[in-house]
Amino acid sequence: MALKHVNAVVVGAGAGGGVVAKELSEAGLSVVLLERGGWPSFEDHDHDELISQRTTVLGNAFGPDDERNRRVVVGRDGFSRIVLPSEGSYGNNAACVGSGTVSYGAMAWRFIQKDFRMRSEYGCPEGSTLEDWPITYNDLEPFYEKAEWEIGVSGDDSQNPFAPPRRRPQPMPPHPYNLEGRLLDPAIRRLGLHPFPIPMLRNTIPYGGRPACIRCRYCVGFACEVNAKCGTHNTVIPKAIATGNCEVRTGCVAAELLVDERGRVRGVRYFDAGDREQFQAADLVVLSGSATETARLLLNSRSRLFPAGAGNRNDWVGRNLQGHAYSGAWGLFEQEAYDDVGPGACIAFCDFNHGNPGLRGGGMLANEFIRLPYLFTGQRPPGEPSWGKAHKDFQRKYYKRSMSIKGPVQEMPVFEARIEVDPGVKDHWGIPVARLSGHRHEHDVEIGRFLASKAEMVLKEAGAVRTWLSIPGLGLSGGQHQAGTCRMGSDPTISVTNKYGQIHDIDNLFVADGSLHVTNGGFNPVLTIMALGYWVSNYIKKEWNGTRFRS
Amino acid sequence: MLRKKLPRREFLKGAAVAGCASLLPACGKPPGRWRFFTEAEAATVSAICEQIIPTDQDPGAISAGVPNFIDKQLAGTYKRHQQAYRTGLAGVQATSQAMFRANFEALNWANQTAVLEALESGKAKGRSWESQSSKAFFQLIRDHTMQGFYGSPRHGGNRDYISYKMLGIDYPQIIGQNRYKRSQARKA
Repeated sequence: MALKHVNAVVVGAGAGGGVVAKELSEAGLSVVLLERGGWPSFEDHDHDELISQRTTVLGNAFGPDDERNRRVVVGRDGFSRIVLPSEGSYGNNAACVGSGTVSYGAMAWRFIQKDFRMRSEYGCPEGSTLEDWPITYNDLEPFYEKAEWEIGVSGDDSQNPFAPPRRRPQPMPPHPYNLEGRLLDPAIRRLGLHPFPIPMLRNTIPYGGRPACIRCRYCVGFACEVNAKCGTHNTVIPKAIATGNCEVRTGCVAAELLVDERGRVRGVRYFDAGDREQFQAADLVVLSGSATETARLLLNSRSRLFPAGAGNRNDWVGRNLQGHAYSGAWGLFEQEAYDDVGPGACIAFCDFNHGNPGLRGGGMLANEFIRLPYLFTGQRPPGEPSWGKAHKDFQRKYYKRSMSIKGPVQEMPVFEARIEVDPGVKDHWGIPVARLSGHRHEHDVEIGRFLASKAEMVLKEAGAVRTWLSIPGLGLSGGQHQAGTCRMGSDPTISVTNKYGQIHDIDNLFVADGSLHVTNGGFNPVLTIMALGYWVSNYIKKEWNGTRFRS
Repeated sequence: MLRKKLPRREFLKGAAVAGCASLLPACGKPPGRWRFFTEAEAATVSAICEQIIPTDQDPGAISAGVPNFIDKQLAGTYKRHQQAYRTGLAGVQATSQAMFRANFEALNWANQTAVLEALESGKAKGRSWESQSSKAFFQLIRDHTMQGFYGSPRHGGNRDYISYKMLGIDYPQIIGQNRYKRSQARKA
């Protein structure tokens, strides 16, 4: 039996899709929100490091599973390999209602003005496809504000001299510093830099009907046991459901978009939780499956008008895969620096996001979130033994006497860093899997080296007796901060969507996730993805009133 | 309401089946302590794990149940590593024999360390290390040992939160104070 036609299908219930589902259903559209995972619960994995978003050795706590999913990764040697979701090179984010917003550390950054005009600011380096965004910070500002107030952000931007202008403060006060923050703050100031508490999508006071953070040490990588962390699963998605206009269908894997002879999308073919094939017809479709899965779905949707995949007339779908080349330093201290008080990361400085001599951009630096016992067994200065009595001594002595400062390098987009669909390998449902290939731009490593040296400088000033650097290599980016594969632009020959996330040539097909990012900022990207969710929805709602999308 | 009476003959049949089922394990091979390892392999694994995380002022890998963790995972999530262990452990014995003419668990502490260093550096040679390098196997068992010792006790290692006690992590965790008042909420 055919499913009832709806106004909108949203594919993916993460940071972008959750917002879109709420905005459209509140505007009176009937919405089906498809999510390949299920509803997350803290009890499933508790505080289990080995099945968390930080350590996936025993599986992905928030999906997807290793049994039914895979990808192909092409190494720099040209050799391709099948990888499972729990392997690092899979580049996983999450697969559940809320997606990464369930397990994230929840830093709530706004990109700053220059992040939207990187090409104008710095010029395009050789080997990059660097461009400006077709929108400015000012365009997005009201939508950042909406995300902050509707989903919930604690912070105080007045303490950050590099923060972009805003009309309203964040709705909740910031988290106070833990011991690391108290040790680092005076050291950072002595160096003439400008530390401040990190804005967080986490309640510091009761907000949105949920309690305040209890400041436990388990935060990033885990679901919140008291529901104080603000994701789309406990804010906008419940609101969407409450309108009565939104149906969330979990366990549903989108396979293909059907595009007709007039160049309009008719709906989504998907597999439901019982592996039955379904077709959901709709007036419009919004893709929010993450930079990898959104691109894969478009590329898997071939039609007469779009033989290389929906919206892929100019071969830009899946290109420019970005993430963040995290760079920084570790330091060992004589005294204890770790006091077990969450959420862990609490102090940041934005002195090196821009204006670094000879460099295009930079990144924010912050103290690291959490010290997890198993992960810490791999954190050693070069030359330290990785096992035996000396390793155990180090673990015992420095677990609480170490600190790390690191930050996300704003990457230069590379045309060859890309998502394709593999010609041979299929997943459990018979859908061709994503094929990842390419590598980072060399400039990312240069910036990484620069940021790491600044992190080391701060640790030394704070009294570190020994330090070492952590700088990323040239491997393929992506992962939890994946972005850029369906970038927006005013020139359809070098972008995938217009500035409203509307696919060039397919008027009733939209993207609302990190895929839209032209560049990915020197910041954690989630608040920008949420803001884009509001931005894209706002356009759809306006156009809807003229019923432009009715088929 | 009266319970429906079970005919006596049916009851006896059922009881006989139930009785036999409960006795069944005693009919065959006695149940081992291990799910995947043979007793001999378990002895080797235990000795390796203890080398990787030795007992000192705090308990080591064996006290923490690390061999049990690895065995349990090999029968489940780590099924894909079964072959690596079967051939790897045979390789450890071969290398041990080649270096010191004795099985690994029979060696003194320093000689055991020497064997593992040979594995780690990839200097251990021989037919057993043709399908997987000694380096790769050592890295595998090193990682699994760390997981069993420092991971959550729910997977069969870190018995009695041994490693958390060693690191000074309270468990169950003591949570930080919440120092905020409702009045601090900014007016919407």
